[in-house]
Amino acid sequence: MNAHELRLKSIAYRKTILEIIHRGGAGHTAGSLSCVDILNVLYNHIMNITPENFNKINRDHYIQSKGHSVEALYTVLADQGFYSRDELLEGLNQNYSKFIGHPTRKVPGIEHNTGALGHGLSVSVGLALAGKLNGYTYRVFTLLGDGELAEGSSWEASMSAAHYKLDNLVVIVDRNTLQITGRTEEVNGLEPLADKFTAFGYAVRQIDGNNVEALADLLGTVPFEVGKPSLLLANTVKGKGVSYMEDQKAWHHKVPTDEQLATALAELDAARLELEGIR
Amino acid sequence: MATEKTMGKPNQQVFSDTLLDLAQNDKDILVVTSDSRGSGKLVAFGETLPEQIVEVGIAEQNLVGLSSGLAAGGKKVFAVSPACFVTIRSLEQVKNDVAYSDRPVCVVGISAGVSYGLLGSTHHAIHDYAVLRCINNIDILAPADNFETEQVLRALVEHPRPAYIRLGKQAMPNLHDPATAIFEIGKAIQVRPGTDLTIISIGEPTPHAVDAADLLAKEGISCRVISMHTLRPFDRDALMDAALNTRAIITVEEHSVNGGLGELCASTLMQEGIQIPFKIVGFPDEYTINGDQETMFKHYGISGEGLAETARKLLGVRI
Repeated sequence: MNAHELRLKSIAYRKTILEIIHRGGAGHTAGSLSCVDILNVLYNHIMNITPENFNKINRDHYIQSKGHSVEALYTVLADQGFYSRDELLEGLNQNYSKFIGHPTRKVPGIEHNTGALGHGLSVSVGLALAGKLNGYTYRVFTLLGDGELAEGSSWEASMSAAHYKLDNLVVIVDRNTLQITGRTEEVNGLEPLADKFTAFGYAVRQIDGNNVEALADLLGTVPFEVGKPSLLLANTVKGKGVSYMEDQKAWHHKVPTDEQLATALAELDAARLELEGIR
Repeated sequence: MATEKTMGKPNQQVFSDTLLDLAQNDKDILVVTSDSRGSGKLVAFGETLPEQIVEVGIAEQNLVGLSSGLAAGGKKVFAVSPACFVTIRSLEQVKNDVAYSDRPVCVVGISAGVSYGLLGSTHHAIHDYAVLRCINNIDILAPADNFETEQVLRALVEHPRPAYIRLGKQAMPNLHDPATAIFEIGKAIQVRPGTDLTIISIGEPTPHAVDAADLLAKEGISCRVISMHTLRPFDRDALMDAALNTRAIITVEEHSVNGGLGELCASTLMQEGIQIPFKIVGFPDEYTINGDQETMFKHYGISGEGLAETARKLLGVRI
């Protein structure tokens, strides 16, 4: 998929995220909007994960450690054909539905049950290590939240990733600088984050994590260094794409009203028209 | 019908010997350790099969999470760490990454119960049955002797699934004749037949239950002994048979009296409408005494004489 197509996809995904959260009456709105460009590039440009090969071992793997942004993942998986968009729209956050508020393997396309933070990286390290031991060529991609990094288990896992030289592991941090209480730097400072990851043995790169073209180019070069796990600090904006949600902690898990939804969808449609050059 | 008990090896030694034997013919078997290969008797395993042992250092959360990922990658994983740490420090990983995510990791709690004796409460695991019983989709196993240990391991390698095995440090007497005994996960083994009362035991207290039966036999009391090596899936039939065909039940476990085998039996019986003289033997809800495993067992009535005395009281027998 080229950059133009990826940009259009991101807009479509954002609309779906807002629609399913609005209809379901719950969801992690802003975090889903911050990471959806990353998921877009991974599923449409980088990883070889499809409904057809999902039951095979030697294909790429994706584990979403920041499980609460599941609406972005559900949206992208629907678009990949794991289930229909309508099924998702009707199912999210409904009693007895499989589309619950955190990733579950009951949903086709989901690899691991997450939701408790600080778990996904260890599991990804194990999966990457199994790939090395088995002589497989697959890569393991995992998405972490920045607030999540206060969980010590993330750093335990990082030590193992470097120790076993897992250059088939790609860790992406959705660095939107906000968590539920406020700025990450005010809650429990993370900086200098790149230095910390470098010291832990990663090959670290930083990028605008809402720029699909830059993401596609950079993720196309993994591993960043042979013999080291790759770490991408993706600088993102929480609530990206909807003016009144951007960088607002209040939208962490707030649901748009009918009116707010209409405004947001109009903004996104305008962005699409601008992109398509038919405005 | 007392038979002479022969002495075996520590169950965790049998675990590592058996696993080494199995792993030499199965490259997918992996042991994951948290600086625990020494206490897990896995040094020989690591030297013989260095490609099949993964070390994570002293990091039990990562031990279990990483094991889940290895299992997702098709490996048969045995995550080995002292029971006191792996069932609490990494409980959330056991819950979410093994049980809830349905990854066939075998969590192996070594030096379990009060094996560590005078190292104190930080190193005791007398909570593990209770916490794991509340978590769906993980088998809970505590083999009593070398035969049960070897068999449970072979069964799990044959059919990997989320499981917890609890193993102790001390050499254990042999309870079964390997030529004739039949082992099945979830199926208790009757170690002694009996008609007056039943002692249902799990794990390392089981030889003491046999001693009690031998003592009681001399007094004309016929005591059935059941080795309930699997807490989940639970052998309800063995319990019901004991309740219907003997007059009293004692449960014994190297665990807190809260939330373990005893309470499982009690709630099962109560919900079946069965009232029977019943006693749970384990560690009471208090700071335990300081002592080695043998001393602690004896102090809390987990001994041949202690269990025999509990039996006499329960049956209303005076000697």
